[in-house]
Amino acid sequence: MEILRVENLHVEVEGKEILKGIDFGISKNEVCVLFGPNGAGKTTLLMSILGSPNYKITDGRIIFNGMDITNLEMNERASLGIGVAFQNPPEIIGVKLRDILRICTRKRVNEELTENELKLVEKFKLTRFLDRDINVGFSGGEKKRVEILQLLSMRPKLLLLDEPDSGVDVESLRLIGNEIQRYINETGGSALIITHHGEILEHVDAKTGFILLDGRISRRGNPGVIFHDILKSGYRECVKCLIRGAKK
Amino acid sequence: MKKWKRVDSLTELPHKILESAMKAGIDVDARNRSGSYMMIDHSAVIAKVNEYFKGKLEIMDTCDALMKYKWLRNYVWKLVDKEEDEYTKKADENLGGGYFLRIMKNAKIDLPLQSCLIMASENMEQNVHNIIIAEEGSNARIITGCTLHPDVRSGQHIGISEFFIKRNATLNFTMIHNWSEETKVRPRSAAVIEENGKFISNYIALKPVRDIQMYPSAICKGRDSMARFNTILYSHRGSLMDIGSKIELLGKNSKGEIVSRAIATDNSRIIARGMLIGNNSGVRGHLECRGILLDDSAEIRAIPELIGNRRDIDLSHEAAIGKIAEGEIIYLMSRGLSRDEATSVIVRGFLDVDILGLPKELNNEIRRLIEKTTTNL
Repeated sequence: MEILRVENLHVEVEGKEILKGIDFGISKNEVCVLFGPNGAGKTTLLMSILGSPNYKITDGRIIFNGMDITNLEMNERASLGIGVAFQNPPEIIGVKLRDILRICTRKRVNEELTENELKLVEKFKLTRFLDRDINVGFSGGEKKRVEILQLLSMRPKLLLLDEPDSGVDVESLRLIGNEIQRYINETGGSALIITHHGEILEHVDAKTGFILLDGRISRRGNPGVIFHDILKSGYRECVKCLIRGAKK
Repeated sequence: MKKWKRVDSLTELPHKILESAMKAGIDVDARNRSGSYMMIDHSAVIAKVNEYFKGKLEIMDTCDALMKYKWLRNYVWKLVDKEEDEYTKKADENLGGGYFLRIMKNAKIDLPLQSCLIMASENMEQNVHNIIIAEEGSNARIITGCTLHPDVRSGQHIGISEFFIKRNATLNFTMIHNWSEETKVRPRSAAVIEENGKFISNYIALKPVRDIQMYPSAICKGRDSMARFNTILYSHRGSLMDIGSKIELLGKNSKGEIVSRAIATDNSRIIARGMLIGNNSGVRGHLECRGILLDDSAEIRAIPELIGNRRDIDLSHEAAIGKIAEGEIIYLMSRGLSRDEATSVIVRGFLDVDILGLPKELNNEIRRLIEKTTTNL
């Protein structure tokens, strides 16, 4: 059973077509990795699934959990169970981490975080950040931990992770990776992860990998094998050699 | 104009008056306050120190205090020039009251003092003169509100305030204004801070006003003295708010900070001025002014000024005006909020009371006030 199906997806950003007919799916409890060079459209794909208003879907559709969500607002998609960890989250003056966690956990006015929710905060070593302005003056590792903490607090069915392993120290990376894997094991959730250097794959058990090149999905397979090929011969060659292999 | 009788407790006052006072931050119960002063029109209705703090502070009507203490005359019109403009002249000629607050030497007052000036008659001119003395080594917080009776639409308020922060004293003064679209407001305040003294002045105005103009100043006269002005403005329904803060750093190693957060919408205008003057060695100052425009009908003008005349000073400023960043809205929407809800969370965060340096309790009270005002954005 699939949690996500993307069909013939075309997406424009500021009038320029970035995604040129994407087709792929993610099964329930599956972790997928999205590889691709800078500018290939990886973030665009994630943001389109998320429903970010700056990404205009010109053709195709997105099915989530059996429902067509192509025209839904971001917050409606969030409430259906799509969550994201941004690569470069914004700093918001005066809005505290505690406030955002209350939003993520759908609290009513004046309702406090539960003991379990606070335990998760502690696990991410962020208790002393609760009353600080979100991301203001946070280090790279702190920002990533804050992103994953928010994401897991939302209890989503599909986790969208945009470069969770870039700019993070080794310890934070291990913590982030382990918590993501634990969440997936416990909830049967699915994930789509963008990575350049593949470090996150040491901590998260991914079954499927894709290469996104020139706005299209060009190769699908075992993420370890794909990553090895990319390291050996680069994205373009890696895709080409697969195509040659298929022709033979 | 009705003459209001003295009362022994705020709860004896009419309900409508109390309601307005509460909106301006007044705790009617007064248990969590070290003392209370309230003036309605030109009548002081209460000037009372909480039992527990007797001997540590004094609260009186300025007119009564001037009769009681001859020496107080040396403090009146000492920092503000009575010839400064037509409003100071008017306040000098027709003094209608105001409060005299004095925190005694070395007194540590852990509950805030409160004062409230209410205009309850239509079209009146309220002229007050406040004198605040923080004696050596004292430490106190004052929360003061100026507001209208709910049935009153228009009037003019002129408030002269002079603050004297003596050696090693700390005073945190928070003023909340709650006016109407037809009120004209002209506060004129100045403070002097002696050696190692600290003065933190917070100003919050969230309700519409016809026009308010003020440019309070602080002179850091003593060595290692410090002044900080925090201003939170929400200007709507055609309000004009011309509000600045000025700090003159005269004492060696003195320090000044000016922070203002302004939101304007709905045909209103904000002029956010700020001035830091560095006149002695080792002084430091920073001025920060941020503004958000919620629509195209409003205008914010930020005018930061730095004046330095010593080599070894450090003065800086930053000013930014714009709309709410789309990236911030998207971020909150991805966590489950609608666009409107996200906007409102960002606006409330921007009007953050944490910058005021208040204790948690008082912070929460003011946060609730802001939430009430901004729920219908």
